[in-house]
Amino acid sequence: MMNNKFIKPVALKIVAFAIILIAPLYASASGGGALLQHAGNDVADVASLQRGARNFVNYCMGCHSAKYIRFSKLRDDLQLSDDQVQENLMFGAKTSDELMEISMAPADAERWFGQTPPDLTLIARSRGTDWVYSFLKSFYLDDRTATGTNNLLLPGASMPNVLWALQGQQEAVFHTTEKDGVVTEHFAEASYFEAFELVEPGAMSPEAFDQFVRDLVNFLDWAGTPEQLERQRLGIWVILFLFVFLIFAYLLKVDVWKDVK
Amino acid sequence: MSSVEVTGESQGTRLLAWIDARFPLSKMMREHATEYYAGKNFNFWYVFGVLAFVVLIIQLWTGIFLTMNYKPAALDAFASVEYIMRDVEWGWLIRYMHSTGASAFFIVVYLHMFRAMLYGSYKNPRELLWLIGMLIYVALMAEGFLGYLLPWGQMSYWGAQVIISLFGAIPVVGDPLVEWIRGDYNISDITLNRFFALHVIAVPLALVMLVVMHILALHETGSNNPDGIEIKANKGPDGIPLDGIAFHPFYTAKDLVAIIIFLILFSAVIFFAPEMGGYFLEHANFEPANVLKTPEHIAPVWYFTPFYAILRAIPDKLGGVVLMGGAIIVLFFLPWIDRSKVKSIRYRGWGYKGALAVFSLSFLVLGVLGTLPAEGVYTTLARIFTFLYFGFFVYLYIYTGSEKGKPVPERLTYHG
Repeated sequence: MMNNKFIKPVALKIVAFAIILIAPLYASASGGGALLQHAGNDVADVASLQRGARNFVNYCMGCHSAKYIRFSKLRDDLQLSDDQVQENLMFGAKTSDELMEISMAPADAERWFGQTPPDLTLIARSRGTDWVYSFLKSFYLDDRTATGTNNLLLPGASMPNVLWALQGQQEAVFHTTEKDGVVTEHFAEASYFEAFELVEPGAMSPEAFDQFVRDLVNFLDWAGTPEQLERQRLGIWVILFLFVFLIFAYLLKVDVWKDVK
Repeated sequence: MSSVEVTGESQGTRLLAWIDARFPLSKMMREHATEYYAGKNFNFWYVFGVLAFVVLIIQLWTGIFLTMNYKPAALDAFASVEYIMRDVEWGWLIRYMHSTGASAFFIVVYLHMFRAMLYGSYKNPRELLWLIGMLIYVALMAEGFLGYLLPWGQMSYWGAQVIISLFGAIPVVGDPLVEWIRGDYNISDITLNRFFALHVIAVPLALVMLVVMHILALHETGSNNPDGIEIKANKGPDGIPLDGIAFHPFYTAKDLVAIIIFLILFSAVIFFAPEMGGYFLEHANFEPANVLKTPEHIAPVWYFTPFYAILRAIPDKLGGVVLMGGAIIVLFFLPWIDRSKVKSIRYRGWGYKGALAVFSLSFLVLGVLGTLPAEGVYTTLARIFTFLYFGFFVYLYIYTGSEKGKPVPERLTYHG
């Protein structure tokens, strides 16, 4: 039958085309990955999101806003009550219609830190969850900086390690290189990085701290794309509907074309 | 009961007769659908025209709704897009449809153009059809470029900065021209405002008019087909081409299948990968435009990257701009560069098949190179493939002076 002849090459070509389209994505996915740790967060985990929101408000929001998020959206998506949000998460805002803004003026921030701490609503979108997760875990002691710490992923970061009380203090070990009998020590260069060493334990065990950061990243993942769960849920139905529609459209086509010789 | 009522004639028929006496509705339906005859052997490559039309409708429709909530001001633009994504009912869906639609538009248009090269659809008598199509393509590039500034992200800003500054390479008038385009000494609120006006009014209006002209020109000459034979050369006693079938219902039914398959793929992107790994929505564009912070690596959206690679392949700025523009302009002349009388690749020599493969490969490789930094081996490759891109046209002109192909059949090949 001619219809099989039509559909089969079409299907093949669609697959071939999809491969052409997606192939470059893999090429760019590699690179710079050695320093990144997998965040492993799950946006469907509401309890984790709630903890993440608490962590964000308590540890980040002194300096960083999340000014595209409305408290009411946070309340609904994270399955919290108005009271819970008001008591635990809203320090400056008066009503839940307000956005997650901060009171620190950008001009002051620039004077104090050298630059304005960026808004973090979309940080997981622009940098990726693995990057944010790794960034927060990559601070190490470095007395050559103003803050006393440096960051492996963002050398010279003007942000101090705000989570040090929880994480403890760690040092970074870089390997030395030897050329013509001259030994060179390296600092702050990612390509010579070997490992972190915890020199002073924090209030949390390393596992508990990882979970703390994971929850925080999970919250930021939600913050960047709050629609993602609804989107995927809806997408399945839309595509299922289209497949059913496709069956009828195909039968219609076969019927209309049956006499074409 | 009124005595003038004719039995058997419904209200609808009478309404149609009333309209037909005042507007050529039935006549247009006949000319452009029910009695528009196309070759019955259309294959996979013939669905992209209608798909481009579907995407155009999607873009116009979603664009209208985006405009209702978007604010074309430097201070508000970025936030208004996030407002659409979060607070506007179904805003995220409308926005993703529009952003995915932009890329989908170029995918289907590139395939549509490739189809024309496969089957010689630009050849006599369809040169004007091709030229109008090329104008649509240029308008589409302008539309994509203008629209990309609107979210006011880092890549919006710096991408526009790079592209607009290219005009500065033009001798004498370059700098004033750049200033004139921006309306300022820098890309600013003023630039954003005018880009918005051009993106939502001027270019879409031109696009729609060009699409109407494209379809009118197509229906004047009749569609080409995979055999590249004029079906009007073999008409039956009733004056209908023997190898032709009516656009409606035959191709409407067949195109509907193609449209649904397209929508499945389109939905897969919208619902499951709206950023498409940073190719449809670039990661850096989720940071608001910052005049003081140049991104490390500025790359235009994927559909411009082949031309961007050509631009960067040339060490001289003016030379790069000329060659980049030339890469597009040369396509306008394709109907006269390709001198072969045979239209379809099915009956053309290996000299053409091979050259078209090399050309397509060059375009794809340049597209990939345009996303990568211009350094080392990438620059060398970009130069080689730029040479092959232009070499194709030179070769084609010489080769088609004496191309030897297979004999073209009298009638369409169709295995029903």
